[in-house]
Amino acid sequence: MTSLIESAAATGSPYDKLIKRDKVHGSLYTDSAIFTEELRRIWYRTWVFVGHESEVAQPGDYVRKRLGLQDVIMTRDRDGELHLLLNRCAHRGNQVCDDAQGNSSTFRCPYHGWTYRNDGELVGFPFFKGYGQRKLDLSLGRVPRMDTYRGFVFGSFAADGPGLVEHLGAAAGEIDRLAQLSPEGAVELTAGWLQHKTRANWKLLAENETDGYHPQFVHGSIFGVTGSPIGALYSDTSTAVTRDLGQGHSENDLRPEFRKFAEPMRWFGTTEARVPDYVAAMREHYGEEADKIMIEGGPHVMIFPNLFIAEIQVFNIQPVAVGECIQYSTAVQLVAAPELNRRMVSQCMGSVGPAGMLLADDTEMYERNQLGLECLTPEWLDVRRGLNREKVDEGGFTVGGATDETGMRGFWSHYKMLMEAEL
Amino acid sequence: MTTTLDDHATLGPVPDGFDRWEVEQFLYREARYADESDYDAWEALWTEDALYWVPVAATDDPSRTMSVIYDNRSRIATRLKQVRTGKRYAQAPPSNLRRLLSNIEFLGGRANSGGGIDLEVGANFLVLESRARGNHLWGGRTTYRLRRCDGDLRLAYKKVVLVDNGQPIPTLGFLI
Repeated sequence: MTSLIESAAATGSPYDKLIKRDKVHGSLYTDSAIFTEELRRIWYRTWVFVGHESEVAQPGDYVRKRLGLQDVIMTRDRDGELHLLLNRCAHRGNQVCDDAQGNSSTFRCPYHGWTYRNDGELVGFPFFKGYGQRKLDLSLGRVPRMDTYRGFVFGSFAADGPGLVEHLGAAAGEIDRLAQLSPEGAVELTAGWLQHKTRANWKLLAENETDGYHPQFVHGSIFGVTGSPIGALYSDTSTAVTRDLGQGHSENDLRPEFRKFAEPMRWFGTTEARVPDYVAAMREHYGEEADKIMIEGGPHVMIFPNLFIAEIQVFNIQPVAVGECIQYSTAVQLVAAPELNRRMVSQCMGSVGPAGMLLADDTEMYERNQLGLECLTPEWLDVRRGLNREKVDEGGFTVGGATDETGMRGFWSHYKMLMEAEL
Repeated sequence: MTTTLDDHATLGPVPDGFDRWEVEQFLYREARYADESDYDAWEALWTEDALYWVPVAATDDPSRTMSVIYDNRSRIATRLKQVRTGKRYAQAPPSNLRRLLSNIEFLGGRANSGGGIDLEVGANFLVLESRARGNHLWGGRTTYRLRRCDGDLRLAYKKVVLVDNGQPIPTLGFLI
């Protein structure tokens, strides 16, 4: 395994000194110069999750989003096309949209009355004689590339580069797995987002999302009082695996544990008898495949850099500053599964957000972690767990045990590559 | 089943049998139990059909859209059991808290599932929370529904509308 440890080094960049195979330097979470570089090289370059098409279902619908530090308006125009527009007037830079969401065919800047169509085109400005013409060669800025995968909307500020499907790589299959939980194979994110202000560097969150080592400790309080079987999925004897999916994506693959029990809906903490309409619809649509889907459940996948799908809930992580980020969270809603959807909202509300019985405790860890990193010794954060037992699976992916830091190492490997890439 | 919506159109006249001084003392007591993390005393104030709700700005139907908290009686119990373990890290150690209630208004009466009429009361609040991460000032408007059970006042409903519930908010680990 020594050779593996050494293989992450030696590209000749400054990041060689900060990111090793088995440890990463504390300054990566606290250095504002590195944060500025991350905005340039990651948030304003690679594909970043923005939202879901179902949030702007009707022509004219819009919803404001964040992409890094930038305020983005996701719109659907009259022809049904999606746009990611930048909330900045082409005249003096004022924000043209101040509602969080709504329906409008135009956005009118309150400062001097410049008006834009919801596809970004400048359609008018008052007192045209001052410009000597009725048309100006200006429009709202936009995220240069936008693409969707099963309705999940991603944006990239790089005019060219790998396409979304290439970026998602093997993680696309995990989004497929989520969609497959719907009898019609489609997901919506229509339950609204909780917004959780978090005083920690965004990477602490990205690393934690597929860290199977912490749940028994951080979440022991809620597992204990509810008798939840989740803790066992992340025990030392669990047969679940942590998989490096490549491109910085990783998952906790819990299917081996669920297959052992082979009980449909166990993954959702229920039984088929309690959600009979859903089970019937699944069997009708998927036939013999249905039971496998209902036994194996939803994915637990972190898609680099900011989309986390945790079985029934979806998170969008956006940075604010080197020591602050926002977690947006919502319940998955499955098309044609009303029986499940209300339960998902209810379960999700209990778990996530500022008062969530799971995520508030994770967030406490992130914030204490950030404070801990103000101590400058021992300098490094250790990410070696599981290096001694990692394997390559039949799909060619590196896998570790349920509690191993395989996902983190995948994250850092991709992070390093992006931070070192020629721009 | 407690009615979720608190629109004023469906509100009846203020029911008899609720003395303003007694009601205010009850609200102050509830606030003190929450401030002092006296979980047993706070839990004992609730009725069996309790609803404890902290919505976000865009919420209209809490069964279909996310709220910060939307706890029925059973989930209130779970929330308190978790914090009593001492390992609910978002609230271990507990926040230091003091809150002010003001602008207490008797809003009217609302029919409950037991055939009685609950008193609906509105009040404004400010809570100063002190934690290791710093101080945070929480403010908003609370709507309470109070019921007389065996001579004592009990809390059937508490909806807390934070003034900043359309913005990102920090961890809310205490009883608001």
